[in-house]
Amino acid sequence: MSTTTAAPQVTETTKSVDFKTIIDIKDMDLYYGTYHALKKVNLTIPEKAVTAFIGPSGCGKSTLLRTLNRMNDMIPNTKIEGLVDIAGTDIYSNEVDVETLRKKVGMVFQQANPFPKSIYDNVAYGPRLHGIKNKAQLDEIVEQSLKQAALWNEVKDFLKRSAFSLSGGQQQRLCIARALAVNPEILLMDEATSALDPISTLKIEELTQELKNKYTIVMVTHNMHQAARISDQTVFFLNGEVVEFDQTDKLFSNPSDKRTEDYITGRFG
Amino acid sequence: MIQRRDFDLALGELSTLLEEMGRRVERALVESVESLKTQDVARAKEIIEKDAELNQLENDIMDIGSKLILTQQPVAKDLRRILVAFRIASDLERMGDLSIDIAKVVVRLEGQPLIKELVDIPRMAEIVQKMIEDSIKAYEREDVDLAYKMAKEDDLVDQLYGQILRDLYQYIVENPHNASQVMLLNFVGRYIERIADHATNIGESVVYLVTNSRPDLNS
Repeated sequence: MSTTTAAPQVTETTKSVDFKTIIDIKDMDLYYGTYHALKKVNLTIPEKAVTAFIGPSGCGKSTLLRTLNRMNDMIPNTKIEGLVDIAGTDIYSNEVDVETLRKKVGMVFQQANPFPKSIYDNVAYGPRLHGIKNKAQLDEIVEQSLKQAALWNEVKDFLKRSAFSLSGGQQQRLCIARALAVNPEILLMDEATSALDPISTLKIEELTQELKNKYTIVMVTHNMHQAARISDQTVFFLNGEVVEFDQTDKLFSNPSDKRTEDYITGRFG
Repeated sequence: MIQRRDFDLALGELSTLLEEMGRRVERALVESVESLKTQDVARAKEIIEKDAELNQLENDIMDIGSKLILTQQPVAKDLRRILVAFRIASDLERMGDLSIDIAKVVVRLEGQPLIKELVDIPRMAEIVQKMIEDSIKAYEREDVDLAYKMAKEDDLVDQLYGQILRDLYQYIVENPHNASQVMLLNFVGRYIERIADHATNIGESVVYLVTNSRPDLNS
């Protein structure tokens, strides 16, 4: 028979097989004081792909994202058990330098948070912090990072202007450029488009498709259609547990778990 | 907790319209074959006039479904429900057209006595009527087994059609003047056979709706 519907990918596997794993989480529990926020999480995240975390508020998706560059360290009484391995390193071992980790694992937040500095200095901030002083080298990094963040053409003539002179969508891309300037391997995006207008959102969505050729992207989103549009894998969380992890096409066309189906079709949550 | 009540109601409306289309198509087939058997031209003309209503139902389904895709952004089975409604509506519309084609044969045969008493064509129509009924039932109940069972009947329909062709051929051999009527009756057999293929398509849509896989029930 012939149909006019788009062919969903029919896969037997539940884990991605074409990619190399970069993040490997094994039996991870996280507690905020006595609150058990993440329960026995097991997850392998593939390199150079977009992985989306979805789930209702309070399901643990942002908490998990923040464990990947140890942002939770700043929250008192946080306890983590189990293994979070990134590119072969247990990131919670005592030898790990958190600053080095955060260079490797960059993050972009819901609200664009440029520094009160010029556009140039925002992007050059990280490289300078890591010891790069050569002007020509910094210029090169700033240009490349802004190009990768699809912002260069809009700002190349105003690099000395304050970052606050940019629109919200431009500020968010500036934050992406700032994260890319230190040459990370992984880019975490926590609701990075939820404060943006539709056009800026589309720009960032397109950007992720470019960036995934070079970086691993892990994103939290409340917009399920965004997850369906731009991610390769999707993880559905509920009450601190991973309910389902699958190819995005599969998860949004034929989810295996009833709870996933109920959530994505808007029947609860 | 049940949410999206209006969305669910609209999906229910799509099913109701499809079921209505199914009932009308079934009736159109039965009545057109009956009018052929009795050579009732007036009745055949009535059937032809009713086609517009069936087309309207298909348009209603397209309108409701498109609006739901636009406003509700359905995913997973919700999306399949709408895609399948489009496809089934288009199959039913074609089945309706084919029944009309049978009625048109009745009009063209006006004033000509039938060269033989019709036995196999009504028999074939009866099987196909049951296939239509079962295909819609399978859709209503999301019954994959019934969809497969219904599609199996298509083999019998194909066999009967082959037999009708061979029988009719004899009438041309006996008297070449029979050729034009034989050709028209042959068309009728072909139309009914095509209706059965569309019923099988509905079965495939049911399987796709329930399982997200696309089997070929025609093979």
